[in-house]
Amino acid sequence: MTSPAAATADFLDQRTGLGAAVKEFARKVFPDHWSFLLGEIALYSFVTLLISGTFLTMFFVPSMTEVTYSGPWASLQGTRMSEAFASTLRLSFEVRGGLLMRQVHHWAALIFMASIITHMMRVFFTGAFRKPRELNWVVGFTLLILGLAAGFSGYSLPDDVLSGNGLRISDGVLRAVPIIGSYGSYFLFGGEFPGEALIPRLFTVHILLVPGLILALVGLHLFMVVLAKHTQYPGSGRTDRNVVGFPLFPIYVAKAGGFFFIVFGVIALMAATMQINPVWNYGPYDPSPVSAGSQPDWYMLFLDGALRLMPGGVEVVIANFTVPLNVLIPAMVVPGILFTALAAYPFIEAYATGDKREHHVLDRPRNRPFRTAFGVSLLVAFFVLVLAGSNDLIATHFHLSINDITWVLRFALFIAPAAAFMVTKRMCLALQRRDREIVLHGHEHGTIVRFESGEYIEVHQPLNEHERWIRVQHEPIRPLQVAPAEDSRGVRRKGYAADLRRARLSRLFYADRVEPVTPAELAASHSHGTHDELPPAPSGQELVAGGRRSLVADDRAPGDGH
Amino acid sequence: MNWLAAHRHDRRAPLLLLLTALLLTGGVYALLVPAPAVAASTASSAEVDSGMKLFTANCATCHGTGATGTAAAPSLVGVGAAAVDFQVGTGRMPAQMSGPQVEAKPVQFDQDQIAALAAYVASLGPGPSIPTGDQVDPAQGDPATGMALFRTNCAQCHNAVGAGGSLSQGKFAPSLWQTTPTHLYEAMLTGPQSMPVFNQATLTSQEKRDIIAFVSEQGGTQPGGLSLGSIGPVSEGLWAWVVGLGLLLGAAVWIGAKSS
Ligand code: HEC
Ligand code: HEC
Ligand code: HEM
Repeated sequence: MTSPAAATADFLDQRTGLGAAVKEFARKVFPDHWSFLLGEIALYSFVTLLISGTFLTMFFVPSMTEVTYSGPWASLQGTRMSEAFASTLRLSFEVRGGLLMRQVHHWAALIFMASIITHMMRVFFTGAFRKPRELNWVVGFTLLILGLAAGFSGYSLPDDVLSGNGLRISDGVLRAVPIIGSYGSYFLFGGEFPGEALIPRLFTVHILLVPGLILALVGLHLFMVVLAKHTQYPGSGRTDRNVVGFPLFPIYVAKAGGFFFIVFGVIALMAATMQINPVWNYGPYDPSPVSAGSQPDWYMLFLDGALRLMPGGVEVVIANFTVPLNVLIPAMVVPGILFTALAAYPFIEAYATGDKREHHVLDRPRNRPFRTAFGVSLLVAFFVLVLAGSNDLIATHFHLSINDITWVLRFALFIAPAAAFMVTKRMCLALQRRDREIVLHGHEHGTIVRFESGEYIEVHQPLNEHERWIRVQHEPIRPLQVAPAEDSRGVRRKGYAADLRRARLSRLFYADRVEPVTPAELAASHSHGTHDELPPAPSGQELVAGGRRSLVADDRAPGDGH
Repeated sequence: MNWLAAHRHDRRAPLLLLLTALLLTGGVYALLVPAPAVAASTASSAEVDSGMKLFTANCATCHGTGATGTAAAPSLVGVGAAAVDFQVGTGRMPAQMSGPQVEAKPVQFDQDQIAALAAYVASLGPGPSIPTGDQVDPAQGDPATGMALFRTNCAQCHNAVGAGGSLSQGKFAPSLWQTTPTHLYEAMLTGPQSMPVFNQATLTSQEKRDIIAFVSEQGGTQPGGLSLGSIGPVSEGLWAWVVGLGLLLGAAVWIGAKSS
């Protein structure tokens, strides 16, 4: 007798051959590191969004037909509002569990976007986007954009004053596009803003189009992860040709499954205790009122910030067409730069590095000073814009003048990323130098030994093999060299100018560098010591767990500069 | 009738008609619009006297003797008892100028002294008087009308539920959650500092009472849990990062640490 479960499995296996695939999948090895769970937070909060969103669709009415409110919320009694807003109030006050679900959905949306960004940061700073994973970076980037679209379309659905303000701004941005702007706006809103068509349209976008695309791309994203195998952090025994970790089944599945409940639990806890988007406070949308403290959700705040920083009145009139640069620059050029830089970075770096090999071992951020500094400066620019978007709240909470804040942030938008770039790069180089120092001379130990001759020396403790491996495993990357302009027969080479440009870019990336200690250097640093017990320099693969520890005195004369 | 018929075409007729019409509308307006509250008549002269003494001791350095104003502070002739009750009753006056706007601080006078000061200033010239308990009673107002009025008249400075907001150059509109109904009414009536005056023509006394009914319901417990200051999506985003992502990263580090 086979159990019913086994029988079903057998039935499926015989017809689909699924068994082999499942077995293959279950044996996939997954390396362990907390930062590999960031993407999972995004995945699980998305699942939470699907579940709570499906609940909301059962009660939400995507319609702009006007109704008069007669529900339990006293402050809105007899107020005229759209059915979308009225049904959001019904969800909040009359549907059992409705408010909780709304809050689960909205908190999950904020956490979804936050986890996408932290996940991207992990991938960026560790260089996990290098070949063969550039395409998956692009898929992930598209997911980020789709997440923004999902959030924005959802935020606009309840038709309250805040969401209407957001739509009003988008309408303004659209109209700012020369020539086609106003047609675009009429097309989008089905006539003059706000019209009657928008909420039903946004509803389709929000519950069908965008989640469908996200679901498909998440599938593709995970498939590509499995295909390319997982990356791993550097460590002894980990190379570009293997993956060290646990098999997916059962250990990893148990861990990941448990983690889903943690993510869901944290979101539910927040939804049960912290209010989010109290639309009944804002009231139904009406184009005239704008209340103090009107902001979008945090992931859109940088756009609002860019608009707030831009000095007004920068407009050019070309042949009867007004080109409102005061809107176009903050709403299109600034995000355009941020997003293009983000999407294209893997390709730019590969071009500057001239490296066509596959990489499966992650970089330590300090070992790629340019990349790390670049990423930090993008984040700083984003953060400055977020602060600018919150300028009024900063003003009231810290008793500052909003005008001063705006002026400071205008300069900060240019100065802070540049300063962050330089500081981060310096820090990376300094950390690398420190790594060299430790590899060559061991840990400082704080023990001073006095010889009979009266000489003092500090005793250093050498690294164990793991510690040393982490600090020396990476390859130095040097700027690309350009072949001469003329070949051996003195004929001018085609593509020389392009090569020059590429070399210039490459120098920007890699001119400042600290190279890892080579085995020869390591050997040299210890060969002149008589009481040296160090094993020979490690050569990667043969390393085994557990290093020998021994105390060795650094025999260099004191004061010879370290 | 005959006289009318005969003079109907007189070229002075339109002028006369216009005059009559103007007089009529003026008369009806005067009848319908409640007379601007003029105080001082109720105050005893003893109260006015003690008010004058207090004023000379505490206020005259800035507002001048006789409250006619100096370079440092405006004249108070005609600002009315309501302005004094609001300014002194919320602790704004006597002013301590240091920031971009005179701020509320602990009240320095007791109720009788405030009344005396108000009576004195009201005796200098007619101005809005202190509203009666009925006029500011939240129970007699309609919070739904109040919310609609608040959204169009006040929310742009004071935030949707009166949590407060920022103005230019470090000025700000304060939170209204601790403000008494009387001070709410007086603020609308007198328009302190950067705030506009909402006189009878912009907000009737019934409408003011509706607004008071709405505001006095705010700032308490809200449906759905902690209100996070009721200042909107920025604080929500901050909490999503700090609490949500904080907990989840903690969990991830914990799971990661449980292995290798
Ligand atoms: C340090 C100077 C100073 C002192 C002392 C002072 N005031 Fe004032 N007061 C001002 C200034 C400045 C303003 C104008 C602020 C504004 O409304 O823009 C003002 C405004 C007022 C107003 C509002 C006028 C209006 O137009 O509504 C009243 C009422 C008032 N003061 C009453 C008093 C009383 C009563 C005292 C004494 C208890 C007092 N002040 C003491 C400086 C002072
Ligand atoms: C242009 C912005 C603006 C508008 C509109 C506005 N206010 Fe104010 N309000 C202010 C400012 C600024 C202050 C602070 C004035 C001061 O400190 O003297 C203030 C102060 C107040 C206070 C005193 C609060 C306290 O306890 O200290 C009340 C009450 C008040 N406003 C109510 C209202 C109401 C009700 C409305 C709508 C009918 C309204 N305000 C509209 C700017 C505004
Ligand atoms: C893909 C990720 C998604 C994000 C980032 C997202 C985000 C949002 C946000 C921010 C809101 C405003 C909620 C409020 O405060 O009321 C919202 C509303 C809504 N969402 Fe989503 N959502 C997502 C997916 C979904 C899905 C998959 C569904 C349905 C299958 C859905 C259905 C709804 C509905 C019906 C509303 C309106 C509910 C209301 O106004 O109360 N969402 N969404």
